[in-house]
Amino acid sequence: MRRQILLSTTAAAIAGLMLADALPAQAGPRAFVSNERDHTMSVVDMDTLKVIETIKTGRRPRGIIASPDGKLIYLCASDDNRVEVYDAATLKLVKTLRSGPDPELFVLHPSGNPLYIANEDDNMVTVVNVDNNELVVEIPVGVEPEGMGISPDGKYMVNTSETTNMAHVVDTATNEIIENILVDSRPRIAEFSKDGKQLWISAEVGGTVAVVDPATWKIIKKISFKIPGVTDDAIQPVGVRVTKDGSKAFVALGPANRVAVIDAKTLEVEKYLLVGQRVWQLGFTPDEKFLVTTNGNSNDVSIIDVASEKVTKSVTVGRSPWGVVVVP
Amino acid sequence: MKRMASVTGAALIATVCAMTVASAQEATSPAPSSPPLVAKPAAAIPPEQTFRIGLVRQIPEPPPWIAPLQMPPDDLGVAGAELGIRDNLTSGRFLKLDYKLQTEIVPTGGDPLPAAQKLVEAGNSFILLDVPADQLLRIADALKDKNVLIINVGATDDRLRQQDCRANVFHIAPNRAMLTDALAQFLVTKRWRNWFLMVGRTDADKLYAEAVRRSAKKFGAKIVAEKTWDYGPDARATAQSEVPRGTQVGEYDILVVADELGEFGDILPYNTWLARPTAGTQGLMPLSWHPTMENWGASQLQSRFFKQSKRMMLPLDFQMWEGVFSIGSASLKTRNSDPAKVKAQMLTPDYDLPVFKGVAASFRDWDHQLRQPILLTHATNTVTLSPQSGFLHQVTPLDTLGFDRPETACKFQ
Repeated sequence: MRRQILLSTTAAAIAGLMLADALPAQAGPRAFVSNERDHTMSVVDMDTLKVIETIKTGRRPRGIIASPDGKLIYLCASDDNRVEVYDAATLKLVKTLRSGPDPELFVLHPSGNPLYIANEDDNMVTVVNVDNNELVVEIPVGVEPEGMGISPDGKYMVNTSETTNMAHVVDTATNEIIENILVDSRPRIAEFSKDGKQLWISAEVGGTVAVVDPATWKIIKKISFKIPGVTDDAIQPVGVRVTKDGSKAFVALGPANRVAVIDAKTLEVEKYLLVGQRVWQLGFTPDEKFLVTTNGNSNDVSIIDVASEKVTKSVTVGRSPWGVVVVP
Repeated sequence: MKRMASVTGAALIATVCAMTVASAQEATSPAPSSPPLVAKPAAAIPPEQTFRIGLVRQIPEPPPWIAPLQMPPDDLGVAGAELGIRDNLTSGRFLKLDYKLQTEIVPTGGDPLPAAQKLVEAGNSFILLDVPADQLLRIADALKDKNVLIINVGATDDRLRQQDCRANVFHIAPNRAMLTDALAQFLVTKRWRNWFLMVGRTDADKLYAEAVRRSAKKFGAKIVAEKTWDYGPDARATAQSEVPRGTQVGEYDILVVADELGEFGDILPYNTWLARPTAGTQGLMPLSWHPTMENWGASQLQSRFFKQSKRMMLPLDFQMWEGVFSIGSASLKTRNSDPAKVKAQMLTPDYDLPVFKGVAASFRDWDHQLRQPILLTHATNTVTLSPQSGFLHQVTPLDTLGFDRPETACKFQ
């Protein structure tokens, strides 16, 4: 009996090793999904659309991004007050970084260093050198900092503070705030277009997305949403992604269970795609063929075919999927 | 092999975690009061950009007994207002706006009117009130001709939103009809339609019971039995024999309690003749807030409050935080502390207050009541928030709670 257990443990260990060894051979792109309520990260093979691994993480994983080369996954373990860095190929924890208290979302400088982290509990943005884990500076911002965006040239970092209802623009050379943009209630995400000519800011409770011109930091347009059969209260924009060519923007609308497709030139909403429940964050595959949405209340991710603008599949992940990043 | 690695990993993580937490605390504890890096220090903020908020709290009559878990803290409510000021300062500094709080505590038998007048004379043009309804009306009428905005954060009386409404008063505290409507929607959703209503001896209990009856009618529930609690002020010792006898009223689905003071409601559960749940002022309670509220970013507010006050955030703390925050939120738009301008901003259609309940709160223009979701909670869990889905409304589901526009009896003078 005892030997049997021993044997099976060994077998499991060997199987585990084999699986770990087999993983780098996975050539296709993989989506990494943080599952806020069960403290794990799901790895989804984007070719087969199957979960190939579930990794135990620190407590309450939320924000998730990748290094510019796609080799490292950075994850905010909010309740453990740290950033965890995983090897995207071996799926092993490589190191942890300081984060300041309650990290929620973060953004890497386009060069891959430093890391700008929103400390939701502490009204600060913490800037950390990812090479040596040294604190570069703490930037005081508004109440409940959350969304983090960085201009493609790396000159400006933008943080949204949810209860202050502002986007704070920080000059990354001086780490000082140069502009405060008042937007609607509970701004969640700040996302630059790839050409750096638009800054998109979603306001969850306000129900709008403000598109800002970074030349003047003025709002060009506030986009609002109307969905037949869905109350305005349920339309809560969170995640925003803009295609590389600057033609389309996708906005996750939370408990409206829809992703809005927006013409990024005219800034008009074109259609709404029905996805899972309480959709929050979005992530493109590197070739932008697919967009992955995290659906917190249905515990799955929806896969959107970007060209046809259709939802093609949903994949069950962990409890309360929060963020997603896809690497080659 | 794999397991070994993960154990080592976990140990390493635990160490790093402990270090990070320790250093984070060191680094951040002075943050709330430390001057912002961006705003230039000592730059004088002109009076029109300074929001002076006065707060009058009259200590209510204490109940005949208090369960050890429910001992009210000394800074009840006031701590919430203080956190509101902190939050407003954090936001307002980017626009060079300043906020100040001055507090007057009035004893149970005292007169809050001179305290309010004193605060107004000291330059406070926003007054938060946690006083009984009659006192609130005296203060509102005495300040009628001053450019002062009054925010009711404590009184739940329906009449202050109806026949006794005042143009210079806004209401943050949910009124009884809002609370009992929130409860009724949930009970009806659960198909617990037959209610046994147990009413306490005080006038406030009778008003709560009146609101329960109104909600039952509004949402199609039935009060199948009703009793007045007449077992004295402290029946803890004899509850096991008295409550079963007092609750033999035939079949019902749920016992609804109207006991605002807290004399007997907490001794009813598990002592009733039939195995039935309890709701109302005790048991499953409709509340503006509770320490168990976590969703929609609520845990952030809870944790900010705990950091500041080293205790849990109670409903009155939350209501005072909301009162100060409602001014702060308007101030980012007005950038001017003239109460008339702030009032106008609070009534604009695009004014929305994110209060950590999933949807924005806002003020009803017909009676100045803040419409907001209501929690239904027992001691250790928030069960749900009302409005319940399925209760539809042509404007906002929030107006299914309390007095909607067609029902208003408020005529501002």
